[in-house]
Amino acid sequence: MMGGLQRLGRSALLFFERLGRGNLFLLRVLAGLPSLLPRGHLLVQQLYSVGVLSLLIIAVAGLFVGMVLGLQGYYTLVDFGAEESLGVMVALSLVRELGPVVAGLLFAGRAGSALTAEIGLMKATEQLSGMEMMAVDPVKRVIAPRFLACVIALPLLAAIFSAIGVMGGYFVGVGLLGVDDGAFWSQIQNRVDFFDDVMNGVIKSVAFGFVAAWIALYEGYDAVPTSEGVSRATTRTVVHTSLAILSLDFVLTALMFD
Amino acid sequence: MFQNRSIEIAVGVFVAAGLAALFVLAMKVSNLSAFASENGYSLEARFDNIGGLKERAPVTMAGVRVGRVEKIGFDNETYEAVVQLNIEHQYDTLPKDSSASIYTSGLLGEQYVALEPGGAMAYMKPGDTFKITQSALVLEEMIGQFLFKAAEGGDGQ
Amino acid sequence: MLEKNNSMDEVVVRIRDLHFSRGARKIFDGIDLDIRRGQVTAIMGPSGTGKTTLLKLIGGQLKPQRGTIEVAGQNVHKLSRSKLYELRKRMGMLFQSGALLTDITVFDNIAFPIREHSRLPESMVRDLVLMKLEAVGLRGARQLMPSELSGGMARRVALARAIALDPMMIMYDEPFTGQDPISMGVLVQLIRKLNDALDLTSIIVSHDVAETSAISDYIYVLSNGRVVGHGTPKALQETDSAWVKQFVQGLPDGPVPFHYPAPDYAEELLAGGES
Repeated sequence: MMGGLQRLGRSALLFFERLGRGNLFLLRVLAGLPSLLPRGHLLVQQLYSVGVLSLLIIAVAGLFVGMVLGLQGYYTLVDFGAEESLGVMVALSLVRELGPVVAGLLFAGRAGSALTAEIGLMKATEQLSGMEMMAVDPVKRVIAPRFLACVIALPLLAAIFSAIGVMGGYFVGVGLLGVDDGAFWSQIQNRVDFFDDVMNGVIKSVAFGFVAAWIALYEGYDAVPTSEGVSRATTRTVVHTSLAILSLDFVLTALMFD
Repeated sequence: MFQNRSIEIAVGVFVAAGLAALFVLAMKVSNLSAFASENGYSLEARFDNIGGLKERAPVTMAGVRVGRVEKIGFDNETYEAVVQLNIEHQYDTLPKDSSASIYTSGLLGEQYVALEPGGAMAYMKPGDTFKITQSALVLEEMIGQFLFKAAEGGDGQ
Repeated sequence: MLEKNNSMDEVVVRIRDLHFSRGARKIFDGIDLDIRRGQVTAIMGPSGTGKTTLLKLIGGQLKPQRGTIEVAGQNVHKLSRSKLYELRKRMGMLFQSGALLTDITVFDNIAFPIREHSRLPESMVRDLVLMKLEAVGLRGARQLMPSELSGGMARRVALARAIALDPMMIMYDEPFTGQDPISMGVLVQLIRKLNDALDLTSIIVSHDVAETSAISDYIYVLSNGRVVGHGTPKALQETDSAWVKQFVQGLPDGPVPFHYPAPDYAEELLAGGES
């Protein structure tokens, strides 16, 4: 009994300690962002590995999610004779929810895990220590550009996901199932609001990019510097980022679309 | 150096694609395109009941969208709903005695304002008010009236 | 105390009463060390005595629980972050693994500290890098990636990077482990030559007694968190401390027992499966 309580207490203490260190880490990263200004090439490099390399999976996933939405939505709506609202359904679900969330989850798997593994390996091979001894702050030089790249890349990826998804829904709905072309678009334009729907989706994806970058980079920076430690940290990154994105999505949705 | 350049180009393409996607979402998917062309002129219509009419709902004439609901207000003295309509510039030949009605598109669709042209020779000027309006049909009221009439008819027999 | 009478300005690194522990494990329990300018000083001891930890303490990456470390007259752990970084530019460190940045070429690795800390034109950076590479004999390998280097070459590249900013001292963390005899010989020569040619101060942390003694001017032997012996290599060979003798001469048994502490052998065998 006491043993169980003790274990509970210890893990709670460890949790809060980690949380505290994670917050300090975030502060250091944010403080390191201004030093990026004169060195754009570092950011470009990271936008490439975080954004461009995630582009394919995001585009393909967006296409299929949009197509499935078109198909399922059609079968549901046709029972009510409301299949002309198909476009609205597809566009609203993508722009408000699926775009930011699914892009965020894919991003955690594709870019987040890669970041954790990269930083963790740099730590394990003493590259971070080596930089410190060369009087180069690794948080500024290595972490900060990756952080900023994530925050920039995810909203763009989510927008691409949504836009391609709408095209996928259009292709299935109008191309294959015979929904009226004009009705599809005019219903969308009547019902989707730029600020309430599109911009809120963008805000969501910025928040998800922030959280994904924070978790991935901190897990890598804090990883036990062995190959086992790095692989555990990589797994944790994907799990924690996914949970964080889904729960944060609920909170943001509740705040935005009341 | 070459590798650096191709990375920069790829990033450029990526950022451009992302911004283009946002642009598509703004112009094609959402109603921002309507905002862009919102330098039309404004008319006013007063209704006893607007039902579920929302701001930015379409304003149509013969089924063609000619503008949008700009603002919905309430007049404290007449207890009427005051609806500001924004009509696009090219539709500036509305007869003075045109009427405005609130309809529902389809069984489950949203409500919109439909304009019926009258026969007057003069056209409406910006800021004018529609003389003839027809309020939204409220389903409960209709059912209530129907039941009332049915009951009356039953008594008469 | 240790040679306190020597002129102060000669001592580059001065460690006094250093205490450091990781969790419950005591790593240093009151260490005094002096490292003199222009000399190659070796710090030796069996594995797990915290020799690498000592280098990290000197570099300010770790903080001691008690005691002071002064480098060039400045207390490393009292410095502000920016002052510490200033000081680190004057310290080179060669990590055991080399710690080269794996995603850029040899050339860019050596150019890295120069580009980070100066605004020199690219042509000058190139000249500097080639000079450093020439010093370690790897000018021809500048376009290779770190993954294409052998262990010995990687360490030489790391050495070239460590001297890129013309530091006043270099710390070597186990430079000889896992090297074949040829690259070991190359490294041994290189450390001594660079030390004398560039007027450096070198600290070597190692447990390779023969190679290290061959090039050191002074040796400290650590064990169980304390300095158990120090002196010139020659003096240590003739020491009468049993422990230092065992370590320096590599005897299998002595004060450091061959057997890990265990109950009596015969008794344990007889006990059979009962325990």
